[in-house]
Amino acid sequence: MGIPYELLINAVIAGLLLGGFYAAVTLGVSISFGILDIVNIAHPAFIILGSYIAYIVNSKLGVDPIVVSIVMAPAFYALGALIYQVYYVSFEKRGQEALRSLAFFFGLLFVTEVTLILVFGVDYRYVEAAYIGPTLRFGFVDLPLRMLVPCLMSILLFLALQYFLSRSFLGRAINAVAQDQLALKLMAADPTRIKRIAFGLSIATAALAGALLIIIQPVEPSVGREYIGRVFAICVLGGLGSLPGTMIGAVLLGVVESLTSTFYGPSWAPAVAFGFLLLTLAFRPAGILGR
Amino acid sequence: MRSSWFLLCAVAVGAAVFGLSRLVQSEYFFFAGYVVLQYIVLATAWNILGGYTGYVNFGSAAFFAIGAYASVAIYKLRTLSGVVAIDDHVLFEIPKALLVWLSDLPIPVLIVIGGMIAGLVGLGTGYLTLRLRGAFFAIATLALAVVVQTLITNWDYVGGSRGAYILRPASAPLVGNYIEYLFLIMLSLAVIAVAAARAIETSRLGYGFATIRDDELAAEASGVPTLKLKLIATTLSGAFMGMAGAPLPYYVTYLDPASGFSLAYAVNSIAMPLVGGTTTWVGPLVGAILLGTIQQIATVTISSAVNLLIVGLILIAFVIIAPNGLVGLVQGWFRKKDT
Repeated sequence: MGIPYELLINAVIAGLLLGGFYAAVTLGVSISFGILDIVNIAHPAFIILGSYIAYIVNSKLGVDPIVVSIVMAPAFYALGALIYQVYYVSFEKRGQEALRSLAFFFGLLFVTEVTLILVFGVDYRYVEAAYIGPTLRFGFVDLPLRMLVPCLMSILLFLALQYFLSRSFLGRAINAVAQDQLALKLMAADPTRIKRIAFGLSIATAALAGALLIIIQPVEPSVGREYIGRVFAICVLGGLGSLPGTMIGAVLLGVVESLTSTFYGPSWAPAVAFGFLLLTLAFRPAGILGR
Repeated sequence: MRSSWFLLCAVAVGAAVFGLSRLVQSEYFFFAGYVVLQYIVLATAWNILGGYTGYVNFGSAAFFAIGAYASVAIYKLRTLSGVVAIDDHVLFEIPKALLVWLSDLPIPVLIVIGGMIAGLVGLGTGYLTLRLRGAFFAIATLALAVVVQTLITNWDYVGGSRGAYILRPASAPLVGNYIEYLFLIMLSLAVIAVAAARAIETSRLGYGFATIRDDELAAEASGVPTLKLKLIATTLSGAFMGMAGAPLPYYVTYLDPASGFSLAYAVNSIAMPLVGGTTTWVGPLVGAILLGTIQQIATVTISSAVNLLIVGLILIAFVIIAPNGLVGLVQGWFRKKDT
């Protein structure tokens, strides 16, 4: 074996941390695309929006980006609920979701990106926080806090969402919408309201994911595009609608990407997600933990 | 109207456009006109898949850039030594003269080559993802754009991230002036694309596409070979996008990945058919002329970033308010008058 095992182990650990962060980025899409069947390709744009809000507040007031994102989450929830309402009235109600709603979300993605470029330019922006510099060391194993903190936050987010969706009344109602919307209507529940809440929730996670993103790497408006492939690859790989599947898919992609960039160079990493996506779609479209 | 008659009419319109534009006597007119014509080809190509079968392609920029970079790759043949070797062991040598001759292929040949490569990429992507729900294909094309850009950026031979310079020949065949020559080529391509789209629309193939758009399951159940039809649509659509891209290096003379893969191509090729109307060949044509002209004017008077914002907002407004585009609006207006 020509590969030094220390490098290998560090690459795997970096991949696990990266994967943890990818989970935070993907959980929102897992709810909107996986459970609600709304192909929200604009999700990465909202993540970048979250990053920029974290950046503005952090650079002006010095507030920790994660705190900013948690404070901003209700605003993102409202934005999500509003977008769902527009989506419902203009597409779902008319029964022509496929082509035009995709174009609608593509338009949102595009308008958000161009607006951010017009306002902030294409310079890379970054935040400052106490945990961005230091690295924990155990022997030869490096644990940069810059990666560790987002990973832990992401696991917290996953646990909270998983608990909410499987235990709470509303969470179960959201799952019920995914299973049989008509049956829900017959029981006198309003599927539109439940979907609005779920979609709001999915956009609310983008606030946190955005803050985590700008902690990990400097952000400019078009960074979001790199995440579209990743996010949907993870979602499909893990199995649509399954949050634990999303977690597994995210970690898997993180590790493979980290190994690729360690041994073949970082510029090849984006191709990994695409390979994953194509292979999954070709061989096991249901994903690892698919329904 | 028969397709051959339509082609004749389209050629006549094209000739008239070219004749009139020569009267304008302005280099800038040809520059701007080329871009609008390029968008007519892109929008029509997108509509063959997106409008006729209902499968959304977000990767127009990738197919377009594949065509453009195929031309760059051929142009760069002149920089190769021609020696094919494994570990200093020379297998054979391609004569330098042949490489130089190949690198000077006329643009119509480049268009055919670029179209074939982009068509094959479309076929491959479609084969892997079109058996599933439409959303997967859309997502795969989004990711495809990022990956193809990664590959091109890492490919030093075509300039990598630094970009590539193309020296135009001093004079052009047929018309002499190079920019007029490019304009004429793009005009012919637009005529061919629109005539092809119309021919598809009124043929068995087009009816097959329409059944997929309306109800794929029902079509499959009544014996329509849906996968085969979808693959034909993806290949044709990809090929026309590649063709639209092939002359680009000669138009801009300097091509780098950021401009070849510009989001403007992806958003315009979706916005134009949706604004015009997706079910007929008229829609993308009207949409491309309208949005293309607005953007040319806005680029000069305001700025290029703002005009992309305008396109994005128009796209959102149209999908919400006028789901059938301008063609749908006009049809609805006539129907109201009749009753």
